[in-house]
Amino acid sequence: MCDTCGCNQPPDAVTYRKPGGHDHPHRHGDTEHAHPHDHDHGHHHDHHHGHDHSHDHSHEHGHGHDHGGGRRLSVEQDILRRNDVVAERNRGWFEGRGVLALNLVSSPGSGKTSLLERTIRDLGGEIPLAVIEGDQQTLNDAERIAAAGAPVLQVNTGFGCHLDAEMVRRALTELEVPAGGVLLIENVGNLVCPALFDLGEHAKVVIISVTEGDDKPQKYPAMFAAASLCVINKTDLLPHVDFDVEACKDAARRVNPALAFVELSATRGEGLDGWYRWLRDRRAAAAR
Amino acid sequence: MHEMTLVAGILEIAEERAREAGAARINTVTVEIGRLAGVELSALVFCFETARLGTMAAGAELVVRELPGRGRCPACGADAEIDFYAALCPACDGCLQVVGGRELRVASLDVD
Repeated sequence: MCDTCGCNQPPDAVTYRKPGGHDHPHRHGDTEHAHPHDHDHGHHHDHHHGHDHSHDHSHEHGHGHDHGGGRRLSVEQDILRRNDVVAERNRGWFEGRGVLALNLVSSPGSGKTSLLERTIRDLGGEIPLAVIEGDQQTLNDAERIAAAGAPVLQVNTGFGCHLDAEMVRRALTELEVPAGGVLLIENVGNLVCPALFDLGEHAKVVIISVTEGDDKPQKYPAMFAAASLCVINKTDLLPHVDFDVEACKDAARRVNPALAFVELSATRGEGLDGWYRWLRDRRAAAAR
Repeated sequence: MHEMTLVAGILEIAEERAREAGAARINTVTVEIGRLAGVELSALVFCFETARLGTMAAGAELVVRELPGRGRCPACGADAEIDFYAALCPACDGCLQVVGGRELRVASLDVD
């Protein structure tokens, strides 16, 4: 069964593709990797055996005598352990190469891809950029990113509602991410599930557009609590919509007092300076 | 709908632990879920009942221990129990910061 979400899709339903074809040769790899069961089990087992055995034994003996039949085993393990272990590996991968990795999260349609296209066109000559695109289906966004001029890998999650650390790890084996550059990971459009899954990124950037409700931070607090920067996009449409920027910021600050904000219009090019400044500052910090 | 992911993690941890301890069968899996962890408990139980089939926990019951959300006021240092991210300090009306309630843990197993 797929352990990505509540669907019953086979694990190899997750695909990794670059624009311009060549998907078939990769299918083999997909199956291996998408089945972290086969490979990883061995690893996990080794680790835990070492640690837990001595514990187990003392527990088992004591309990066995007292209760006869059933016994209680103490576990105390994080449910997301497997994701978090892989996320730490990814973090090490980024650190070793001085790469700043950002996890871009939002509802569908907030303008994540437009912001990336614009960023690649404006900063591509200054900062090496690479992109992982997460969507349930299609190569559309990867094609837009490739046209803008950055190396890109499309991860299609099938029915999956978020990227997880293993998908990013797998994507990093195929995508060329320049040392000292910035990796922009565009998560599946969803303000709920991606909050829970650490990809190994340095920071989450949550994007909200003014065509959405300004109470989104109250409705989806976990995502705003997990983010470091909130981009308020499509500000050119403010005269036409009923969106109170300050009310939105206040609501977001209540769940995350440390959250920074940038207001911009990715399509009109307004306010991008603030975003680029934030990006340069974070990149400098990651390279240190 | 990430509850199935969580259930897969729960079953993996439970089976691994039970096997290490030489158990034949898992009767109860006790998990601790923080109230701010973003988990829909009814969905978690529903997913567990489907996903347990064919595992050592095929007949097991999932016991969920809910842990309260805990906030601390950065202004006055007060602690308070909270059930929402954007809670106000009961003492000074400052915004509480979440310090507990995001737990997602397998606590223990009952096995034969």
